[in-house]
Amino acid sequence: MPDGSPREFVRLEGLKRYFDVSPPWLVRAIEGRPRQIVQAVDGVDIEIAKGETFSLVGESGCGKSTVARLVVGLFPPTDGRIEFDGNDMAQRRSGADTAALRRRMQMIFQDPYASLNPRWRVFDIIAEPIRAFGLSSDKADLEKRVGDLLRQVRLTPADGRKYPHEFSGGQRQRISIARALASEPEFLVCDEPTSALDVSVQAQILNLMVDLQRRLQLTYLFISHNLAVVYHISTRVGVMYLGRLVEVAPTETLFTRPKHPYTRMLLDTIPDLDMTGRQRSPVGGEVPSPINPPSGCSFHPRCPYANDRCKSERPKALPIEGGTVACHAIEEGRLPVEERSYAAAAR
Amino acid sequence: MAAASNNPPLLEVKNLRVEFPTRRGTLLAVDDVSFDIAPGEVLGVVGESGAGKSLTGNAIIGLLEPPGRIAGGEIRLEGRRIDNLPYEEMRKVRGARIGAIFQDPLTSLNPLYSVGRQLVETIQTHLPLSGSQARARALDLLKEVGIPGAEMRIDHYPHQFSGGMRQRVVIALALCAGPRLIVADEPTTALDVSIQAQIIALLKRLCREHGTAVMLVTHDMGVIAETADRVAVMYAGRIAEIGPVRDVVKHAQHPYTKGLMGSIPSLGVRTERLTQIDGAMPRLTEIPKGCAFNPRCTVLGQRCMVERPELMAAGASRAACWHHDRGGVGQPVAKETVNA
Amino acid sequence: MAGWLHRFTDSDIWWSFKSSPMTVAATVVTFLIIAISFLSPILAPHTPFDPATLSLSDGLKPPVLISSDGDWTFPLGTDDQGRDILSSIMYGTRLSLVVGFASVVVAMFIGITLGLVSGYFGGTIDAVIMRIADVQLTFPAILVALLIDGIVRTVISVKRHDEIALFVIVGAIGLSFWVQYARTVRGSVMVEKNKEYVQAARVIGLPPVLIMVRHVLPNVTGPVLVIATINLGLAIITEATLSFLGVGLPSTEPSLGTLIRLGNEVLQSGDWWITVFPGVTLAALVLAVNLLGDWLRDALNPKLR
Repeated sequence: MPDGSPREFVRLEGLKRYFDVSPPWLVRAIEGRPRQIVQAVDGVDIEIAKGETFSLVGESGCGKSTVARLVVGLFPPTDGRIEFDGNDMAQRRSGADTAALRRRMQMIFQDPYASLNPRWRVFDIIAEPIRAFGLSSDKADLEKRVGDLLRQVRLTPADGRKYPHEFSGGQRQRISIARALASEPEFLVCDEPTSALDVSVQAQILNLMVDLQRRLQLTYLFISHNLAVVYHISTRVGVMYLGRLVEVAPTETLFTRPKHPYTRMLLDTIPDLDMTGRQRSPVGGEVPSPINPPSGCSFHPRCPYANDRCKSERPKALPIEGGTVACHAIEEGRLPVEERSYAAAAR
Repeated sequence: MAAASNNPPLLEVKNLRVEFPTRRGTLLAVDDVSFDIAPGEVLGVVGESGAGKSLTGNAIIGLLEPPGRIAGGEIRLEGRRIDNLPYEEMRKVRGARIGAIFQDPLTSLNPLYSVGRQLVETIQTHLPLSGSQARARALDLLKEVGIPGAEMRIDHYPHQFSGGMRQRVVIALALCAGPRLIVADEPTTALDVSIQAQIIALLKRLCREHGTAVMLVTHDMGVIAETADRVAVMYAGRIAEIGPVRDVVKHAQHPYTKGLMGSIPSLGVRTERLTQIDGAMPRLTEIPKGCAFNPRCTVLGQRCMVERPELMAAGASRAACWHHDRGGVGQPVAKETVNA
Repeated sequence: MAGWLHRFTDSDIWWSFKSSPMTVAATVVTFLIIAISFLSPILAPHTPFDPATLSLSDGLKPPVLISSDGDWTFPLGTDDQGRDILSSIMYGTRLSLVVGFASVVVAMFIGITLGLVSGYFGGTIDAVIMRIADVQLTFPAILVALLIDGIVRTVISVKRHDEIALFVIVGAIGLSFWVQYARTVRGSVMVEKNKEYVQAARVIGLPPVLIMVRHVLPNVTGPVLVIATINLGLAIITEATLSFLGVGLPSTEPSLGTLIRLGNEVLQSGDWWITVFPGVTLAALVLAVNLLGDWLRDALNPKLR
């Protein structure tokens, strides 16, 4: 942040997105069933500073991918605000101004087999944002730009003539990254960019993303369910459960001094690859349906520290150790903060 | 397992070859793979997609999808050859002696029958039990795999179970006839992390209690490290390295295993860059001469380009590498340039 | 160009084509019929519908190979007006093909457009379009065509009608066949639009029309092509049926269907060749096109490969 101004680069405020998954009204009328609303994202506040990597972790159905799609405007939010570099994204503005804002944020998708149009040549896939935003006037310049982008993701300009099916999963994800970089964005939303890849390829992509971030001063919103990857790449981490943020903290703090019981539970699930004999407590239960989330703190049915207040009152996010945590037990001091260490084993 | 050396192996796979005839020629998807599993042992088989690990598992349970076929070698279960059994014979072996668990629990369960009925049917196919005895056993199995309220849940249909619970039912189904070996193909991949840990713990407990051996096929090194006694690392249809899990994880001998371990982000040490193996596994049509790993290898020698290494003793493990003694344990095999 | 050719001959489609002799034969027959009929002004021995070239004395000659009364200038015989059957068939096939192709294009255009809109936007638009499609399906194609033809006939004079008969019949058949395209395209679009490459285009901010035309449409062409091929046969048959019923193309511009009708009128008197030869041609053409369509459906379906 320059000059300590309070304005964050990306700011989500009370963000909500509900999906109507009701059966058609005729079926509802005949069978007497009520409307069914999935509260995919239910009041999320996030601030992301310029140049940092903010990660969202959680299990499937926690709403992390929906947040990603809300931020880039693939869905309109049901409620709440999305601010990008001081601009309220919901505000009506001229087509040119909207394009100017959109150009500055792009997205990398999870499935490298579905995110590239199989009928297009790689050159055209990468050139599409350049053409759409009118960033290049003549053909020679366009070719140079696409060639540079391909080189930037460690492919060759000659690869532009091929079709996506001629590439491996990792190479496709590089193409996807090149397309995302084509409009010279400042902010990249990465939705599980490595979870469909093999580990050795995952390392290539993560290294590439770190390199690009440093070279191009990118800001990342990184969505993942893989805690080890999140630990490696993030500046700060937000943990989501059933559409809500339960804890936000700087990476090191989150992993060594986790506060929310759900965070602790998630950390327990990381396989012990270093074979340190780290203590792992068994975890019970499964994520409930987001259609009828539990009352109060939505984690209370699985939480060993839940009491009556947790069942009835939704906890607020409280600032603690450079982050926030939404937990009554922590607030009341019933649950002491625990220290964790991970032996830095040489592998 | 220490017992592995003096007991006869439960499962012996010798020089197994699986091939796929295509119009561009025959692809060798599993190439001369040999290993064995001792009674009660958990053998992890790990590798990237296309390494041939699932095909090896499918070949053992006799469920290779045509046109894939076993082209050579033999598979013995308790000394008896099972790779050349007629379909009906193999079906009996598959239920009674070998249990199977697949990635997607939904495909292993019939959506039209209650789980109880499926369990009872499977039990009665393989064991001489009456209806009520079989149902009692089904109930016991459901309780054993940790289904809460098993008495009520036994009459529910698969879609009424959550993903984790379904996978538990599939495990119960695999255990019906008290098999000696379970082949589990990516049993946790489709599940959430917290459920993964539960299923792994369950598998481990069951094996210990029943003395069942497990061949655990997965791409997830973490699952292997948690569960397996020994691990086989597969690359391009062959075993690159096989050995006790602790040795393979901490003192990998094959450059591929080393790279693989290094590319997994580690907790506790925040490094700027991960170790990476450049390039990608070759397609089956483009497997290079000599060692299949040679285009990506960092400790390459002349011999690697021409002669294919067989598994040879390397530390506590066996590795298919001419240079397993070079490069030193724990040294990074990083090379900074990438070009796939 | 050479690269393109190589990719094609190396593709699975080409391989599947080559390994099916029936398909190869069907393709040869189809293209032979198309080529001959479109070259009929050059190849045909007579111009049967130019009254100046006709002579009543040539009337009702039997085919050469059947009867000694035959005449080599009329190898397949003549009708009561002295028109050469072979030439009539060549011109008639050309007309049938034109009607077939044109009505498939009309049906495709309507169907693809409505299918894209329906699938991409969903909601109320989708519901309205699909209900119209349901209603359309309850009327057999012939009935729809008869209806449209009937309306046009009441609105304009007979003479005018003969002039625009071709367009009326193309429109009528096109309108009755669009539903299948619309449904198929809608289904494919609903699958494709949730794929990440479409989302990527939306993140860039491309307008929906561009996304549909540039991204979604090229990825739903496979099933559309299959339906189009099979529909070509159907459209030709429908046109023949309408013409046979006398509501299609006028006798001055006879298609295969019209020829069959004209022959049918004199069938009782034993002059079978006037109706049989156009009938055989029609059957061969439709069979070949349908075989081609069947193969294409299997070849483009990855599940059956």
